[in-house]
Amino acid sequence: MSNGTLYDKVWEKHKVAELPSGQDQLFIGLHLVHEVTSPQAFGMLRERDLNVAYPNQTFATTDHIAPTEAEKRKRPLTDEQSEEMLSALERNTSENGITFFGFESGKQGITHVVAPELGLSQPGMTVACGDSHTATHGAFGSIGVGIGTSQIRDVLATGCIAADKQKVRRINVEGELGEGVYAKDIILKIIQDLGVDGGVGHVYEYGGPAIEALDMEGRLAVCNMSIEGGARAGYINPDETTYEYLKGREYVPEGEAFEERKEYWESISSDADAEYDDVVTVDADDIDPLITWGINPGQVIEITDTVPQPEDFEARTDREAAEQALEHMDIEPGQSMLGYDVDVAFLGTCTNGRVSDFEEAAKILEGNTVADGVRALAVPGSETVREECEARGLDEVFINAGFQWRRAGCSMCLAMNDDSLEGDEVCASSSNRNFIGRQGSKDGRTVLMSPAMVAAAAVEGEVADAREYLSDDPAGSPSGVGEAAD
Amino acid sequence: MAPENHITEVGGTGVPIPGDDIDTDQILPARFMKEVTFDNMADYLFYDARRDDDGEFNDHPLNRFDGASIAVINSNFGCGSSREHAPQAMMRWGVDGIVGESYAEIFRDNCKSLGIPAVTTDHETVTELQEWIEANPDGEIDIDVENETVTYGDTTIDVDIDDAMQEALVEGIWDTTALMYSNRSKVEETVAGLPYVEGDD
Repeated sequence: MSNGTLYDKVWEKHKVAELPSGQDQLFIGLHLVHEVTSPQAFGMLRERDLNVAYPNQTFATTDHIAPTEAEKRKRPLTDEQSEEMLSALERNTSENGITFFGFESGKQGITHVVAPELGLSQPGMTVACGDSHTATHGAFGSIGVGIGTSQIRDVLATGCIAADKQKVRRINVEGELGEGVYAKDIILKIIQDLGVDGGVGHVYEYGGPAIEALDMEGRLAVCNMSIEGGARAGYINPDETTYEYLKGREYVPEGEAFEERKEYWESISSDADAEYDDVVTVDADDIDPLITWGINPGQVIEITDTVPQPEDFEARTDREAAEQALEHMDIEPGQSMLGYDVDVAFLGTCTNGRVSDFEEAAKILEGNTVADGVRALAVPGSETVREECEARGLDEVFINAGFQWRRAGCSMCLAMNDDSLEGDEVCASSSNRNFIGRQGSKDGRTVLMSPAMVAAAAVEGEVADAREYLSDDPAGSPSGVGEAAD
Repeated sequence: MAPENHITEVGGTGVPIPGDDIDTDQILPARFMKEVTFDNMADYLFYDARRDDDGEFNDHPLNRFDGASIAVINSNFGCGSSREHAPQAMMRWGVDGIVGESYAEIFRDNCKSLGIPAVTTDHETVTELQEWIEANPDGEIDIDVENETVTYGDTTIDVDIDDAMQEALVEGIWDTTALMYSNRSKVEETVAGLPYVEGDD
């Protein structure tokens, strides 16, 4: 049983009561709402004649169905179902006094991008959202959990969820990342090591030198994919990087109030002698960029490795999954993923849709162009991110390279808007899930990777090693290692 | 206000849904979540997996075991997205209970919210039960939530169920809204201890 960890402390602070089922009633300090999983919950509230208990702790935006082409964002939306969802959210939030960041607010975007950048997500909070990537907010040192719609009803009506306390696994990430290797590669490495269900029953506490060295956007990317490793929540203890990021953001107190709040933030960090249920070490020192070759995020290799043989896996289930993956992806064991043809390049999402992600990709795109036949989409995670990128001139880099520069939303991560794979297209994607059908086509194929790797794949029209573009070579072109572009 | 439903036992014919790490995108593809109610979700259950390229039903178990009440699954079922649409679709299709090797956490929580018992046993037992269903499509399977057993044919096996789920289902307190609503004053006490919450709204 863990003791003295941030998770223990934040849990205790938010525990209201023990329920007869043995679960704890946990207060949720920040409830994020979007259009897809909430309308049914508001409906249940109306059926029971209940009000929203804590509207001031509740914030909404629209992301999953948001059209990313500017002209398609005019109301009513051309897609009737999307319009109905968006209208329902507008109605539900205004009737209940909940702040809603719609298209006109200039702050719309993916919930897990918007809440951090506005300073809504802070250390020592409990955060819930009807979305499994709520783990993202743990980057600030909070407990962020994805919940289902009935639990959204619970939070709306009572401010609370019924929850089981989990075990805490400390994951020490040792070493230092090399050039062209990013936070995304760390979390893919962790999932490779621990598996897609390794975190079930656990919360992940990420720490160690490689984590501490990350900026907040990198930390958000790591925590975001906790759920891909089976852990419902993942977090990083807050430090000066966290506090500096928060300072000056819209919903963060200023001056003396900031210092007072900071005392609370510092108080909930894991103690030096905290006890964990288990401790795992991951070495980030020598890792190469990671990419998936299969149909779940655990089917992942370093770019310098080859696709494994199904018989390499010890567990029967992993062998079967590998066989299914090889068939779906149309690849052979022993093959390198370098040179795997790509039809679509997709940059964005709650994992990698922040300013630094576009910056890293732009370094590779500067002076290069997207390969013929590749459809390339750059979708900022929020309108705030878009504006910041545009202020830095990044939009021009993307547009000049042949990318479509879009408005904010979840977009092709799960294709609930018009952005979708067609047929068996292959997508080099900075998103978080490579499940069959995830990007809108049941035969579509997703290869997960960092934003820099997406940019390199876009330019080459095939999976490539982005580091070839980041060398000191002043021409900024690949040095010739690996497959040459056509 | 909340339904008082004691769920001690569920039963009916079975449907095997074999495979590990079956994610909620497969169970309920995202493009079918663009409805503001759960009413039609049964129509979209395993939509792609159940169809051929020409849109006709294939031999997916859900097509072969229509009318089944007990789904028998393998490990880490329901991983990925938190969408309650997935268990909602299963429930509305007819699933009243699930037997399997393991569940992703959010999926299991969602089952609890809906009053669907999700019990576990080992791989061999699950495989035997899946094979038994194939051989006995009209055979009755009963999940005894209270005594943690599953009975099919002449066989009764011991299974596990998460303590909180068992307590909630058996005592009829799986709808947590009413339960937590009654603790309103305690919530206010908790809120008073949180420096970042402004208090009464």
